[in-house]
Amino acid sequence: MTTEVAPSITLAQLHESKPDRVTIVVLSGDLDRVMASFIIATGAAAMGMPVTMFFTFWGLNAIRRKGATSSARDWLRRMFGLLNKGGAGQLPLSRFHFGGIGTKMMHRVMKQNRMPGVPELLHTAQDLGVQFIACTTTMGLMGITKDTLIDGVDQLAGVSTYLAEAKQGQVNLFI
Amino acid sequence: MAHADVKLDALGLFCPMPIILTAKKIKELAVGQVLEVISDDEGIKKDMPAWCQTTEHELVGFEEELIASKQAYKAFVRKK
Repeated sequence: MTTEVAPSITLAQLHESKPDRVTIVVLSGDLDRVMASFIIATGAAAMGMPVTMFFTFWGLNAIRRKGATSSARDWLRRMFGLLNKGGAGQLPLSRFHFGGIGTKMMHRVMKQNRMPGVPELLHTAQDLGVQFIACTTTMGLMGITKDTLIDGVDQLAGVSTYLAEAKQGQVNLFI
Repeated sequence: MAHADVKLDALGLFCPMPIILTAKKIKELAVGQVLEVISDDEGIKKDMPAWCQTTEHELVGFEEELIASKQAYKAFVRKK
């Protein structure tokens, strides 16, 4: 099976882009880190800066559809895809997860304080035109296929695409 | 008290929501109109001037007052 790769950004698009670009590599799949990523991304977009988020390794979990099963060919990666749960609303805290209890409590506190969670922040980011790129290498490595990602992932790409964007970035973060 | 054409209530919302709502709301205004943003997030004191500087809208006024016995802030932004 071949994974369909979206055409990479055209040169024209890169030329017309403003210099105050923000890029964020989201490597972590921890609730707190992903939240920080989205807060910076939405904040930057609200300030009129073009933002690209590059999801790789555990960060891919934030843009996986909840409950979507991996259609990877081999059983090892299929198992990996099953054990490594995805979904923006399913991310664990980096500390005090406590088998889910700590994270559940954090969700409750956030709700009480009307703080947007990761799914809401993700939606806002898409609304504001933040570009999502999923890393093809780690997708392959972790048995994550395109059909298990959420809608609106703009591109599947690799390191060159990231660097082309980051080269124009004034703010390039790795989270 | 500064004059406002449109009001935006962001009370009870934390960063980045007041700024995001401001960015969305300002699109509905005509150039020269003033948007009043009411927030009780203390960060707004620094964030709104920073947002205005980057987006090149004009911060024409900033007020602090108690709303329901909580410290709140009113920012007045003129669309450029």
